[in-house]
Amino acid sequence: MSDIHIHIKNKSYPTAQEDKEYIIENLNMSLPSNEFICLIGPSGCGKTTLLNIIAKIDTDFQGKITQDHQALHPSIGYIFQNPRLLPWRTVRENIELVFDSQVSADYITSLLKSMQLEAFQHSYPEHLSLGMSRRVSIIRAFAINPEILLLDEPFVSLDAPTARQVRKLLIKLWYQRPHTILFVTHDLREAITLADRLIFLSASPMSVISEIEVTIPRDQRNNEHAIEDFRQSLLRDYPAINDLL
Amino acid sequence: MKASNILPLLSLLFFVLLWQGLAVLINDNTLPTPVLVSQVFWQEIVSGQLPHHLGITLLRLIASFSIAMLLGCALGIALGSSQKLDAFFDNWLVIFLNIPALVTIILCYVWFGLIESAAILAVVINKLPNVIVTIREGTKALDKDLLEMAHCFHFSKRKIFAHVIWPQLHPFVMAATRTGLALIWKIILVVELLGRSDGMGYQLHLFFQLFDVASILAYTLAFIAVIQTIELFILKPLDRQALRWKR
Repeated sequence: MSDIHIHIKNKSYPTAQEDKEYIIENLNMSLPSNEFICLIGPSGCGKTTLLNIIAKIDTDFQGKITQDHQALHPSIGYIFQNPRLLPWRTVRENIELVFDSQVSADYITSLLKSMQLEAFQHSYPEHLSLGMSRRVSIIRAFAINPEILLLDEPFVSLDAPTARQVRKLLIKLWYQRPHTILFVTHDLREAITLADRLIFLSASPMSVISEIEVTIPRDQRNNEHAIEDFRQSLLRDYPAINDLL
Repeated sequence: MKASNILPLLSLLFFVLLWQGLAVLINDNTLPTPVLVSQVFWQEIVSGQLPHHLGITLLRLIASFSIAMLLGCALGIALGSSQKLDAFFDNWLVIFLNIPALVTIILCYVWFGLIESAAILAVVINKLPNVIVTIREGTKALDKDLLEMAHCFHFSKRKIFAHVIWPQLHPFVMAATRTGLALIWKIILVVELLGRSDGMGYQLHLFFQLFDVASILAYTLAFIAVIQTIELFILKPLDRQALRWKR
């Protein structure tokens, strides 16, 4: 798989007045294949809109997204801000439904186990806590082994230990089968812990402010001091980042 | 037995007693006693008259109801998912919703003759706009987030319909079914009265000419029994099955 190039000339939403509200303008970014990229920007700047455009949910924009100079057609796993599970299907059915053909029951069971959801596989989502629903939506996106995984602040309502565990699992799965990850977060520490590259985005209309490679080796990402040092130096070298967080 | 089980039975008993009291008090064959009505009811069943006519009316009901629901769901979904179609056909719906049932029935018989298909068509035309409107509103209320999710995970069209759209339309379909059954029952009798030589409507017309109130009430009883059976053994279980996931 080669790099994905995103070029969005503009994206607007209609407003109550006659004029349009431009939410993205002249956004250019390249996503090197199999990289873990974190998008950081103020809330309401259009990050979710950007993910929706990449996922082809939103096609109403000026610009193009290409891969090898062709339109993008990868399999995409999307972990939405809200879990978006089908409330009338059980946890297990929600996961099975993303497969075109019959999928091995053991595979789904193993995924459910990895998130401690095996006991709830036959429950309906309305009977789960938000954190549990979120874990189901994470499994659903992982399960299809996507070429691109989009995550829209996926760990927000998880308690700290679960979030840590899911982060670990995310990295493990990514090691096992490399794919491009686009991860939206507000949490700079989380971003530094996870990402190969941080992309900082401006307030609406959104564009790229700076791209920074995280140079901490993977085996030292558990070292909180290393993360903190990197964060401090980042804030020192790029004071503008402070305004985005 | 719980109070909630006894109360409906008590109220039913009270109703029958009230009826019996009134009938005895008035003492006129325009209001026969419940005992007499149940005797007539039994005779009509044994003679095979009531099952025959009820059966024919039920067949007409099933035919016209199925056609109206299938067509209505398809058109309702189409109108609900396309703003242009909806804007174009909205006037038509208003017109058809407001044509009196009697007018459609008469026109169908005049245009197509006193035949079975004209009778069915008249019922369908009366019911169809209701189904379309109900399903259209249901389609407009579909959850966009879930549709986006299905789109993003490349659900097939069949899968989107079965697992994303249909469960959301279910309450609307059930509403259309319930109001539909009630409406069709009433219209179908008029259709039979005006242009068929069998069925409940035809029989009621006959009893009217004979001033046979006991028979009219006996047929009404059969009617209520059938509707309650459909509600209890078909609609309620369908509801329970489909709404298990609700909190």
